[in-house]
Amino acid sequence: MASLRSKSFSPPVRDDRSPVRISVSGLGKSYGAQGVLHDISLEVKPGEIFVIMGPSGSGKSVLLRHIAGLELPSAGTVAINGQDPSLPDTRDRFALALVFQSGALFNSLSVYENLALYPLEHRLCPKPEIRERVMRALRILSIENAVHKLPAELSGGMKKRVAIARALVMEPQVILYDEPTSELDPVMAATIAEIIATLKEQFSVTSVVVSHDRDLAFAIADRIAVLHQGRLLTVQTPAELRENRDPIIREFLQPSINLQEPRFKKLEANHD
Amino acid sequence: MNRINEVFEAFGSALILAWRAFRSLPSAPRILRRVSEQGYLAGYTTLPIVAILLFFIGAVLALQAGNTLRDFGAKQLIGTLVGESIARELGPVMVAILLAGRVGSAVTAELASMRVSGEIDALVTMNIPPERMLVLPRLLAVLLITPVLTIIGNIIGWFGGAIVCAGVSTIGVEPEMYFQALKQYLTVQDIMDGLIKAEIFGFVVMLIACSTGLRTRGGPREIGFAVTKSVVFSLIAILTLDYFITKALD
Repeated sequence: MASLRSKSFSPPVRDDRSPVRISVSGLGKSYGAQGVLHDISLEVKPGEIFVIMGPSGSGKSVLLRHIAGLELPSAGTVAINGQDPSLPDTRDRFALALVFQSGALFNSLSVYENLALYPLEHRLCPKPEIRERVMRALRILSIENAVHKLPAELSGGMKKRVAIARALVMEPQVILYDEPTSELDPVMAATIAEIIATLKEQFSVTSVVVSHDRDLAFAIADRIAVLHQGRLLTVQTPAELRENRDPIIREFLQPSINLQEPRFKKLEANHD
Repeated sequence: MNRINEVFEAFGSALILAWRAFRSLPSAPRILRRVSEQGYLAGYTTLPIVAILLFFIGAVLALQAGNTLRDFGAKQLIGTLVGESIARELGPVMVAILLAGRVGSAVTAELASMRVSGEIDALVTMNIPPERMLVLPRLLAVLLITPVLTIIGNIIGWFGGAIVCAGVSTIGVEPEMYFQALKQYLTVQDIMDGLIKAEIFGFVVMLIACSTGLRTRGGPREIGFAVTKSVVFSLIAILTLDYFITKALD
């Protein structure tokens, strides 16, 4: 995060700024009797873009919430450089940022206040420096003109970019993206994909992206994990995944639209 | 059984929330702006309705008591009755009920909506404790404004009684006599007891509102349920606590 970090700014807790490793081992999650994740094990290497794909309801976002420390596992462990992400100390040390699907911007605060909240609350640097950091993040994402707007006045694409800018101001070592291109038009989705890739290039941040956007995954991922019904089917590079012959993966990556034998009719027949 | 568990869970969560919020008390100077914002929202905007309600409660009390006491030849004691009733009981309880209905419901709706839209999760991932940023300012604000609202409400209620006593010909008690009786029997201790009650009610109402809001899960329907739950729990808590505090202060 060299270009964002001011020379006079030295975070009080975070001394090691190198990208971090994320380890998920035997992760299981159940809500009551309903199992959502089953025995998930994977490693995200420092500085890579790791995309988690899968059909809706496959547990992608739940897995991401575990990595963010927002959920506690029913079984197994999640670790960021060997430390539990649900502990405030770990979040402080590694400055973990989560870009929510909805943006989760604070609706009562302006764009500027949304971005300045983290450094202000953690007293990371004096106010003029915070302003500089916020404006730099907004410039990187080309949204300087939204600085005084409220989230309610922004379009979907702008909200996503503000959410990414908010993450950027945190100078994170890990950025987690939950469906960053959902509900966006193809051009805006491509822009967001470019931003994610650029952030990785410029700042060597470890990125985990949950998405069912194949174009995004194949364009920016170093490796892709595919989840299906809460189970991890594979972790491969984009090139390897393209060659994968697993029928479930093929169906997910290249679903054919068959108007003669529609899927829902098959499902209805099976149900009867 | 589930209902009972739910009540105990809500009670435990509220206590934990209060503990976590007050653990952030050393950071209070940093949240003064938020405290004053919340104080304005909870206090200034509630004041008109407190004034109207307490005025008419004082007036009705004087009207009801006036006619009865007149029959017993004790109408000179109306001031005492209205003064004591409002200071010790009706003032604190009515202010608390208004806080629950007007402020508590709004706080629950706001926090529940923040929970549902992911804003609370965003705070957690940013390592900003919601208890420090959202709960502590509201608790401190309500602790500051409740006694003020109660004192103002009490005074307006007493004047409501005085106006009725003077204006209704069948009662016919002059303001001098009314306030003399009020001063003669109403002690500072009575007023302080009422303020202690109001302070406890205000704190409990805000704690229930914050706790219910932050524990909301789901969508817009659940936000509505949370608001209803918060107001109902608050009203039950106010009336239950009223009995026990009155007993303890006797």
